[in-house]
Amino acid sequence: MPIKKQRLGVIAGCGRLGSYLANKLSALGYSIMIVDIDEKAFRNLSVEFSGFHIIGDVTEFKVLERTKLGEADFFIATTGEDNVNIMSAQVAKRMFTVRQVIARVSDPKRDEAYSELGLLTVCPTAISADVFLEKLALEKNRSPLKGWL
Amino acid sequence: MRVLIVGGGKLVYFLSRALISKKHKVTVIDRNWEGGSRLAKQLKINIVYGDGSDPEVLEDAGAFYSDVLLALTSFDQDNFTICQMADAYFQVPRILALVNDPDNEKVFKNLGIADAISTTHILTGLIEQKAIFEDIVHLTPVGDGKFNLTEVVLKKSAKMVNIPLEDLKLPADCLIAGLIRRNKPIIPRGKTRLRPGDRIILVSLPTNHDEALKMLTMEY
Repeated sequence: MPIKKQRLGVIAGCGRLGSYLANKLSALGYSIMIVDIDEKAFRNLSVEFSGFHIIGDVTEFKVLERTKLGEADFFIATTGEDNVNIMSAQVAKRMFTVRQVIARVSDPKRDEAYSELGLLTVCPTAISADVFLEKLALEKNRSPLKGWL
Repeated sequence: MRVLIVGGGKLVYFLSRALISKKHKVTVIDRNWEGGSRLAKQLKINIVYGDGSDPEVLEDAGAFYSDVLLALTSFDQDNFTICQMADAYFQVPRILALVNDPDNEKVFKNLGIADAISTTHILTGLIEQKAIFEDIVHLTPVGDGKFNLTEVVLKKSAKMVNIPLEDLKLPADCLIAGLIRRNKPIIPRGKTRLRPGDRIILVSLPTNHDEALKMLTMEY
């Protein structure tokens, strides 16, 4: 029986979002390479994380080369800086020809602009705002403020 | 021309000053409040306080009507996003970006920002050029500085080795006036060939001095 090749993913940023994704994907059996500029950020990785980490700035081309991005199946940019995510995602897509590339863009305006340009983005601000609104709408039926909201 | 500059600090100050003196209209987007206010007091230019990669800030600064945009922040990712926004949403005719990581010059070009300038690249180039000239032993201006007299040692790897002088395509108005080979002075003729280790006495004008030296020290 042929051995199934492990899917390889590169994650930029090991903050709350990046480390959460890395821990989950690693536990699911993906081979994960995670990059952060700050060494301390890797403390967020759990014991179930079995991938690799690299200290470096993902806007630096040489750092991306070190992550073996050329062989990766997907790239997720989760750093706290929108422009870092926007730039590294495009570099991954166009210069390393990574098939699946997703960038976190926190500014809803910028998120809209970039998804129009064809970049696959996730905007946590817009998503959580939608959830807030949804919850508010549910509350409306039960709350004493009914009719006010 | 209407020039829109994103960035701050000394570079932006001196650049804006030079541009105003050439009668260009300059607008600067600076996300540093103090720096921006200082700039506004020093020069008669429009300053917009904000993040230049934010499309709304670019619009406020008149990106739609700008002829040139210069992205000069010290962060490559910001310059990248600024240029993309300026191109895709504001169709600024001419866009120039500063890149800090020299590798990003090729990254920017690959991703559609043709005019990316790496200061690191330019400076390394200049330093290397100077390093080549370290073989120059003497450089004396003569005749009130109207002529330069230079002594250069020819390297083994120099391109000029073993070609008859008459076939060397030296720039106009310069002359290989003498050679010192194994301590023997030679006045060369057209058929004389240069050899590695020759000390060349070069007479040139200050205007073509650099060009002549560059040719003599050029390597394979």
